Amino acid sequence: MDIQETALPGVGLRHDFTTKAGRQLGVVTHRTGRRDLLVYDRDDPDTCQEVVQLTEDEADALADLLGGDRLVSHLARLQQQIEGLVIDWLEIRPGSPYADRTIADTQARSRTGVSVVAIVRGDRAIPAPAPDQRLEAGDTLVVVGTARGVRSLTALLGS
Amino acid sequence: MHGAVVLLELGGVILGLGILGRLAGRLGLSAIPLYLLAGLAFGEGGLLPLVTAQEFIEVGAEVGVILLLLLLGLEYSASELTHNLRAGAPAGLADLVLNFTPGLAAGLLLGWSPLAAVVLGGVTYVTSSGIVAKVLEELGRIGNRETPVVLSILVTEDLAMAAYLPLVSGMLLGGGLLASALPVGIALATVALVLLVAVRYGETLSRLVFSPSDEVLLLVILGVALVVAGIAQQLNVSAAVGAFLVGIALSGHAAEAAHALLAPLRDLFAAVFFVFFGLQTDPGSIPPVALAATALALVTAATKVATGWWAARRAGVGRRGRWRAGAALVARGEFSIVIAGLAVTAGEQPTLGPLAATYVLILAVLGPVLARFIEPMVARIPRPAVAQQTTGPAGPASPSSTPSS
Repeated sequence: MDIQETALPGVGLRHDFTTKAGRQLGVVTHRTGRRDLLVYDRDDPDTCQEVVQLTEDEADALADLLGGDRLVSHLARLQQQIEGLVIDWLEIRPGSPYADRTIADTQARSRTGVSVVAIVRGDRAIPAPAPDQRLEAGDTLVVVGTARGVRSLTALLGS
Repeated sequence: MHGAVVLLELGGVILGLGILGRLAGRLGLSAIPLYLLAGLAFGEGGLLPLVTAQEFIEVGAEVGVILLLLLLGLEYSASELTHNLRAGAPAGLADLVLNFTPGLAAGLLLGWSPLAAVVLGGVTYVTSSGIVAKVLEELGRIGNRETPVVLSILVTEDLAMAAYLPLVSGMLLGGGLLASALPVGIALATVALVLLVAVRYGETLSRLVFSPSDEVLLLVILGVALVVAGIAQQLNVSAAVGAFLVGIALSGHAAEAAHALLAPLRDLFAAVFFVFFGLQTDPGSIPPVALAATALALVTAATKVATGWWAARRAGVGRRGRWRAGAALVARGEFSIVIAGLAVTAGEQPTLGPLAATYVLILAVLGPVLARFIEPMVARIPRPAVAQQTTGPAGPASPSSTPSS
């Protein structure tokens, strides 16, 4: 993505770019900290169709909504890889061969070396589930194992 | 008793200006022309002549000029000024030639001295950066693609002022071309030195002045500006130039904080300055120069539009943006009055004051109005290519496909 930077003497800086869909977006960063979110006009690309004034806090909040959270979950995922051990969340999709079967039926530990340490069902969790615990479509399994093991379990549960 | 009368007159004037400012805001106009009109009404031969508050207004006006130029200097950092020089030079030069020449020529045609004509050239040259900033903000055009072009022209004008003001004030105060060679030389050398110091040591200078306490910062910067302005006045270089140099020398944190702190103070004293300029002008002296001022205003409105149009085209801005850039530059205001004020104080050419006042009255009103309405105005100009397209069979399908060149 090509972001252009333009100095606005006495005002601050302007950054703008063109989206894949062909719209032009920009941000003016004022010296005072104020930000203007710019949406350029389709017909006259030199002018703004919409200018939204944001305070510094509002600009931060908008940045969080647009991409900050994704960054946080990405970071959390990185932290979970500890010395060859992976913690992951796997969903039992409707239509999975193991929906309505027990954990023992999956033979997860013997086939992939991965342990199911908890099940998240709706807003409640089942910690340390017994081997005869039934799985339901929509459950999320919290699993621990090697990266390879988790990958093959994902394939096993999904197929 | 005397104290009470001064307070009443002063309060009346300031309250009156407040009401005028509000009215201007309602009408979407700059308040400057209304302040000038108020000054005309309060002055000799006006509706409500002031008697006792004159003295305060006179000092207040001087402080107003100092603050106007101090903040003009603070507006751009020294590095912004020098960086802009290379990129903005062609547009800046066109701006100078197109807008200084009409004033100069008009002065000579009116049979004025060459010096008075040079002053009038300055009056027609400078766009009011205050009015432009307000107009761009109100019309939501800060992000527009033609805006950097407009701002760049303002920066070059700012830099040109750094040379023009000491030159003209030196000649006005020095009396005659030969006698003024020394003060002008000193002034120009000082400007060059200050710019050099500001580029090299601006950060250090600002750190020395900066204080986290708003109160201290306000007092220190205002104090420095007034002292330097006083010294400059003493050296026959005009107080305005001194204050301007202080503004340029400061940059970074100190400049930004000081700008925010001093802006309200400037608004107050600048208003007093406009009133004072109006006070000095006898309303009776306006009708004889009204025609010349109107003609000059129309010509220089056109030359500013041409300047902006050309500069925006060079920057690759589309058709509508070029007209917007041109119209944005039309407004003349505070700095035209400051320049004319230098000549009025020096007693050069008695008709200069009323002419400049009338000129600014017209363009300070016309500028913002033109900036707002130039697009619909230009759209009305029949263009054969467009007319054909809209009447042709493909017309309704592509209503927005106006050729952009």
